[in-house]
Amino acid sequence: MSALLEVKDLVVHYGAVQALHGVSVHVEPGEIVALIGCNGAGKTTTLKAVSRMLRATSGAVSLAGEDVTGLSAHQLVGRGMAHAPEGRGIFLNLTVLENLELGAYLRRDKAGIAADLEKAYTLFPRLKERRSQVGGTLSGGEQQMLAVARALMSRPRLLLLDEPSLGLAPQVVETIFAVIKGVNSEGVAVLLVEQNAHKALMIAHRAYVLETGKVATEGAGKDLLASPEIQKAYLGG
Amino acid sequence: MRAWKSLLPFVLGLPVLWLIQLWAPPQIAIILVNIGVNVILAVSLNMVNGFTGQFSLGHAGFMAVGAYTAAKITLAFGESASVSPLVWNNGVFFIALLAGMGMAAFMGLLVGIPSLRLRGDYLAIVTLGFNEIIRVLIENMSWLGGATGISGVPPYTSLIWVGLGVLAAIVTARRLLLSTHGRALLAIREDEVAAEAMGVDTTGYKVRAFVLSAAFAGLGGGLLGHYILLVTPKSFTYVKSIEVVVMVVLGGMGSISGAVFAAVLLTSSLELLRGVDQYRMVIYSLLLVVLMLSRPTGLFGHREVWDFAKSWRRKRAEALS
Repeated sequence: MSALLEVKDLVVHYGAVQALHGVSVHVEPGEIVALIGCNGAGKTTTLKAVSRMLRATSGAVSLAGEDVTGLSAHQLVGRGMAHAPEGRGIFLNLTVLENLELGAYLRRDKAGIAADLEKAYTLFPRLKERRSQVGGTLSGGEQQMLAVARALMSRPRLLLLDEPSLGLAPQVVETIFAVIKGVNSEGVAVLLVEQNAHKALMIAHRAYVLETGKVATEGAGKDLLASPEIQKAYLGG
Repeated sequence: MRAWKSLLPFVLGLPVLWLIQLWAPPQIAIILVNIGVNVILAVSLNMVNGFTGQFSLGHAGFMAVGAYTAAKITLAFGESASVSPLVWNNGVFFIALLAGMGMAAFMGLLVGIPSLRLRGDYLAIVTLGFNEIIRVLIENMSWLGGATGISGVPPYTSLIWVGLGVLAAIVTARRLLLSTHGRALLAIREDEVAAEAMGVDTTGYKVRAFVLSAAFAGLGGGLLGHYILLVTPKSFTYVKSIEVVVMVVLGGMGSISGAVFAAVLLTSSLELLRGVDQYRMVIYSLLLVVLMLSRPTGLFGHREVWDFAKSWRRKRAEALS
């Protein structure tokens, strides 16, 4: 079986500054893959270039065998890639329900959308309580729940998550990670960018360690967790 | 079924418009036409500035395109000897207005495709530039009458035509807002990056809104030209564009009824303030400053008149229980 996501030699520039120096990663169907690394290592940049929020200088991205390098971000959503961007990017002036409905923007199967809406409320009961509140009045944790739930509303094959634990209380982080694991066990592949390397490696099947725009190490989540070098550099051990 | 519902305002409106046409004395009629044209302009600009959150400053440019196109066509057709003038004139006018809308829409497409890829203030600058380019081009084209413009435009615009135009603009805006496309436009206004991440073709939708808006600006131009019987570049300077922007901002970005209300208010107050016409821009600027300080979302905000009625009823019900 070919990889669900195959990223080859991705190079990205911000103006004259080169942020990625040829990053290659792949995600197999049903996998959770984590990208970890220090600030400025290129984690978010990689994710944005994959979902075409950013234009890559060179490199190729293919989704389930199809070359999607030249497509734009909204076309990728239709092909099963959902991106919950860093800083959540929810619609602050729209209600929780409207946010979720927009997540299913490209879908036309009303029954399926209604079912997925119920499912989102089951995953995050808090969102059901807040469904008629506008996004801007939610707490940070609730906004992150909404961002994840909204990304799932497009019924993706691949979910891109950027720093879902950023600035959240430990308990909320537990909730979010439990949902990520649950969603993954139903077959959705996840590409996860995380500052919180420990948490990410705990749930990831595989992980890539980025350093200054390059892949420094890759391996199974558990192996990296146990590796003394990684512990020293990223896990404060 | 839904198509019928959209036709209903026209069916009901026509006899009312006809009665107004019969009743209105000329000095009232000219005010009503001005109000109507401004309502068309404000409601259509609202599709871009309000619904989609893009800032266009070139509405008068599209008006000019519509006005010149329509005037050229009605003048080219002229009078007919064999067909009754009622049928012939209105038929020609209808075609001319449609052509004006089409031409303005085409210009909207030309300006929109390159500039709507950009984010933020670029659109304002590009559309303002377009407005001036159109004006200068017309002033230097002798076949369009140069700086003096085209005079002797036939008096085809009646209150009925203007009224139908107003209805068309409002019905289109409302249908657009309540459709999936409207959802996409609102998502773009709220957060363009997030909208793109939801699968909304942001550039495509912005261009569509822009083209539709330009078409109705062209309609407004065509109607105005055939009422004042003169089409000159002076009628379509950026001052006119800003006037429409003020209406949209005053009414509330994204509120259809707000745009209608503001257009009626500003146009009729201008008539009352004829004596101080030279202070028009000063009054507009002051109005904008006061509004931005006291109510930055405009009088109606994102809401419509009927939303207020709803929330008022809810509040009363809560107070009673």
